[in-house]
This record gives sequence, structure tokens and C-alpha cells, in this order.
Amino acid sequence: MSTRHILLGLLAGGPSHGYDLKRRHDERFPQARPLAYGQVYTTLQRLVRDGLAEVDGTDSDGGPERTRYRSTDKGAKELAAWTGEITAPAPFVTNEIFAKVVCAILASTDAAGYLSAQRAAHMARMRELTALKTAPDADLATVLSADYALNHLDADLRWMTTTAARLTTLTAEVDAA
Amino acid sequence: MSSPPMGSTQQTVPILAARGLAKTHGRTRALRDASVELRAGEILAVTGASGSGKSTLLHCLAGIVRPDEGSVVYAEQRLDQLPEERLSELRRTEFGVVFQFGQLIPELTALDNVALPMLLAGTARKDAHERAGEWLERFGVRGQETLRPGEMSGGQSQRVSLARALVTGPKVVFADEPTGALDSLASEQVMTALVHTAREAGTAVLLITHDAQVAAYADREVWLRDGVVSQDAADLEVAQ
Repeated sequence: MSTRHILLGLLAGGPSHGYDLKRRHDERFPQARPLAYGQVYTTLQRLVRDGLAEVDGTDSDGGPERTRYRSTDKGAKELAAWTGEITAPAPFVTNEIFAKVVCAILASTDAAGYLSAQRAAHMARMRELTALKTAPDADLATVLSADYALNHLDADLRWMTTTAARLTTLTAEVDAA
Repeated sequence: MSSPPMGSTQQTVPILAARGLAKTHGRTRALRDASVELRAGEILAVTGASGSGKSTLLHCLAGIVRPDEGSVVYAEQRLDQLPEERLSELRRTEFGVVFQFGQLIPELTALDNVALPMLLAGTARKDAHERAGEWLERFGVRGQETLRPGEMSGGQSQRVSLARALVTGPKVVFADEPTGALDSLASEQVMTALVHTAREAGTAVLLITHDAQVAAYADREVWLRDGVVSQDAADLEVAQ
């Protein structure tokens, strides 16, 4: 995920200072890792250095002075290019679960038991996400980000179910190699 | 990892318990030594691949078919030994059943379909229609009263089926792939309505599904593989 492009996206709505950008990021992307303040300020400085953003002014509101930033034309073009750019579908997904299954077979430990426990952990997380997205006060951003995670967990789960059903064949293949 | 909040503290008490069920259809063993408990007010998902025995398990638990071996106990009664008339009465008064295709009566309107179980139980027509209207409202299909099943979308039709299953105030609802024929948005609406209403009414739900995203609406999951039931990890921890 490109923090500089996300910040340019948030600045597209109008000038803003670092604190507000962090808050708006965490609201818009509720399931994402919250942005650290330090990361926001460092990225803003780089955007200014590269001519993608500039200082719009300062606010104090009676408290410490805060620098307001705005996007430049170059920043707007950079953002448009990024949002139109295809994200490469990952050719191979790093699959720790598969690695553990193969290693369990190699070490003659309980691969089926591991898959079963992993499946239950996935289901427990899916129940949490479902409760989150069906809560009466859930906004659409929460629903959609929970759905995204649910679909990925569901894909893992289907893979685990198929693998559990094929464990005997896989064991024979791994042992023969 | 914690489970989502459960409907009530009643959920430690089993309302329905099957022990050692076996059932054979012709030469196929659909269930082998299957044991499962449904607690009062709990939503339990039973998952598994096609042909794993899920529907047979539901049929045995709901008293629709008798197991070849094992016992099914509901409210201290052995369902597998009850006479057919008593089973039929239980299914009418204490159980609600929903299938993948709602099995609404095509000639009747949504309102009449929901009112039907009450009319059969002898409720006056006006009262039955009034309550049916309230249940359609609960499932978000108020305004569809005069439509017949063929005039409704799959999701609407399934919500009418759920209203019909819950209108008599059953203790247990058996739902066999209730979202199996729906797209993901309609499925979400149906499941949200089912879970919300069942929790509000304290109704236990046995939910058969092959879809993990549907199973995630439940409090707990057991899964079937080749007719054998596995408990979920939370249960295994409790058992140990």
C-alpha cells in the first residue's frame, strides 16, 4: 500500500494538516493498520520535496501551530495515474499454512490436526468480522472492509477444506519426493 | 479470539441433543456415529461438503426421518421413538423449517403464506393476518403482502419463508441452506434478518450451510465429513 498516494487521495478533498489526515485515514480504512503520526509527517515532507504537495498555510486554533498542506497539479496527476494503474494480481501468494502442512508431513506430525485448528481460528475471526459488519451502527466503510477480509479468509478456508480432503495423497507425494 | 456476543445466558442448556446417530440411504452411509448438541437460544452452523450428511442430520434432528441407530432428545423426549402424530404436532408447534428454496405455496400471497401455520392451528383469520403482517415487517418485506412467490425476488421470497417459520414462536428453527440460491447481498440480508429475529425471540437455530461466510453468522460451528461430526475448537477446549 502506498502511503504517499493515500495521502494525496485524502488531500484531493481539500487542504488538511497531518493530524486530520491521520484521523481521516483511520476512519476511511477501518480495517487497515492505523497510520503513525511520524509516518504522516515524513510522507508529507517527501510529497513537498517532490513537488506533489505544498504548504497551504498554518492554523493554531489557540493551540500549537499546525501546517496545512494541499495537493499540487503534479500531485493530482500522480494520483490519477496511480488510481488508474492496474494492481498486478500476485502470481504466487505466500502461503504459510501450506508451508506448515508440508513441514508437518515431512516431520510426521499431525497435519490434519493443524488444519483443523487453523480452520477453527479462521472461523472465529470470520464470526468477529461478521458481528462487526452487522452491528447496527456499522457504516459502509466498515461493512466493505470487513467483507474484503471475510472473502480472503473464506478463500483460505476453502483451500484448507480441499487440502484436508487430499491430505493422504499429499502425504504420499511429499514422502515419495 | 473471542466469540461474538451471544443471545442469552440460556445457551449452556442443550435443547436438542443427538447421540451416536447412524443413517444409511440404500448403500450410502449418510451418518456414522454423529453426535451434536443445540443449546437453547443458540445459533449453530453445521457445515460440510455436498454429500457429507448435513441434510440427513437436520432431518434426523427435526424428526423428519428416524435414524437407524442413536438417539435424538428434545425437551426430554426421544424424538426417534415418538409416534408420527406426536412428531407431526411438534414440527407444527415447536419447530420451524426453512429450505434452500423456501417452498412457499405458489398460489398464496406472501401474507397468506405466513398466516397459514396459524390458520392451521385454529387462529382466527383476522388475527392470523395481523400477526403475519407484523412478521413480514420484522423481516423487512412489509409492502409485499399481496405478492405471490413468483412475483418476488429470491431474497424477498426467502425472508417470507423465514417469517412463516418463525410466526408460530418455535423453540427451534431448522434452516437447510437458506441462502443457497441467493447472491451475496441477498444472502447477507436474509442472514442478518434471521439472526436478529432469532436472537430477539430467543429461538435456537440449526443452520445447515456449505458456505463459511454464512456459518460465520452463527455462535458456533460443527462440521461434517463423511457423516462424522467434528466440534469447533472452542468446544474442544471446553471438553478438555
